[in-house]
Amino acid sequence: MAWTKKTRKTLKWFLWIGISLPLLWLFYNWALLVDEGFNLGYLTSLGFHSLTANPIEYTNRFLGDWALRFLLFSFAVTPMARIFKVKQLVAYRRMIGLWAFTYVSFHLTSYIVLDQFFDWGEIWSDILKRNYMTLGMTAFTLLIPMAVTSTKGWIKRLGARRWKAIHKAIYVIAPLGAIHYFMMAKGNQLDPKIYIGIVVGLLGIRLWFSLQDKTKAAAGKATA
Amino acid sequence: MMLLKNRKSWHIAENQVTPERLYLSRRQIMQGFGLGLGAALAGPLFRAGAAYALPNFGIAKKTNYAGDEELNSYKDITSYNNFYEFGVEKSDPAKYAHALITDPWPVEVTGHAERTGTYSLEDLIDFNALEERIYRLRCVEAWSMVIPWVGVPLAGILKKFEPTSKAKFVRFETLANRAQMPGLRSRVLDWPYREGLRMDEAMHPLAFMAVGLYGKPLLGQNGAPMRLVVPWKYGFKSIKSIVSINFVENQPQTSWEMQNPSWYGFYSNVNPNVSRQRWSQGRERRIGDFFKRKTLMFNGYGDQVASLYAGMDLAKYF
Repeated sequence: MAWTKKTRKTLKWFLWIGISLPLLWLFYNWALLVDEGFNLGYLTSLGFHSLTANPIEYTNRFLGDWALRFLLFSFAVTPMARIFKVKQLVAYRRMIGLWAFTYVSFHLTSYIVLDQFFDWGEIWSDILKRNYMTLGMTAFTLLIPMAVTSTKGWIKRLGARRWKAIHKAIYVIAPLGAIHYFMMAKGNQLDPKIYIGIVVGLLGIRLWFSLQDKTKAAAGKATA
Repeated sequence: MMLLKNRKSWHIAENQVTPERLYLSRRQIMQGFGLGLGAALAGPLFRAGAAYALPNFGIAKKTNYAGDEELNSYKDITSYNNFYEFGVEKSDPAKYAHALITDPWPVEVTGHAERTGTYSLEDLIDFNALEERIYRLRCVEAWSMVIPWVGVPLAGILKKFEPTSKAKFVRFETLANRAQMPGLRSRVLDWPYREGLRMDEAMHPLAFMAVGLYGKPLLGQNGAPMRLVVPWKYGFKSIKSIVSINFVENQPQTSWEMQNPSWYGFYSNVNPNVSRQRWSQGRERRIGDFFKRKTLMFNGYGDQVASLYAGMDLAKYF
């Protein structure tokens, strides 16, 4: 089934806007907060912000939540395309992945700027001492080469094989992201377990597909 | 609040309680000094001042245990809460705690004491001897507030039951009522929520049983109708909506310690030098501030309480 140019464009914009909504909502609420805090009065009619009494903590958590969601969304594209037999979906993977990287970057920035205010000593000791921070930073570091090499030019320069090797990092990044969340959650909460479950599920599906492919390839060789 | 219905004797002039607006005006003076560009810009940013109605309580005595530190607003104190029985989000308690029924409020008193039994709230709290105490509250999540509590010293309540010499610890439990507390459906903790103090900690003059704040009865999200306030310990030790007081011989298990013993200990004194939990405890963000401040040993109450722990290794007994 071929998609028309219009279908592709519509879906692209639909995804683009959908994924940017949480970020827009966050900026909107910070605008309300600044307006309220400095008594500017421009936005008073729009009501009070929803960032709680601790907007910094809330912002950091909010960005982390959405970063993980979009990261897993991008990780789910390939298996979804195969299961639902819509291989056109793969064309959107890069965009979703770059958006996930954007959210992860904002998440980290909010920690460095809002939470720690560039207290590098404190940040460094957090990364070294706190396992969930170590894992989170490792995941972010692995994401950087993926984001940088996401352009067509880089695919050409590296060649498909090397490019794929770099992007296999997502198999590590996705579990690290979910574990990062699991380890920082207080008490015996359900949400982090759901994310871990999703990662395990996605890894399982991919493993199953690759086993299937190998069996097919082996069968192909045998008959040849 | 029903329990206040026929207690007109407490309704006294509002000038007897510290109103929020006095503190707001002081804040504006502080800002005038210009505490650096960042503070000047960010200082007012997170402060949500809210108008507040006449106090419902008569206050016999007022003591400020937070120096010249600015009070947090009534809105902040009643909208940003950890009370997992109502959900794990900070906004959940304010959203759901209105369902909490606090009248009548029977409290079971058991264990090593002469006068055990079931008591009403009025049996435990002398509403004619209420005090206002301004305390810092330091949450283990590295944020803090300054709150004008209303209540009575815990020691006065406990003495009424005449604990015996076998009572070495006192153990408290929060209400666990599924119909009123939607958060109980998920097993974040092993319900009911339980906390405990060593007897000398419980008898310390700073240990407080609050029934109100800002001159008003506690709202559900703050632990109505009565909750502990132990200002030198992390906030989770200050157990809310207490329905059970139990005098025991051995150190009781507490909810967070049961959930994660490598993070949370029985004592859980505020200690900037020991950061076992996922939060670095060296600094804290006062709700309303942009910049963090240094966390003080025993939350700044070391002069009064450090002697309770003389000779103890506080890294071991965290």
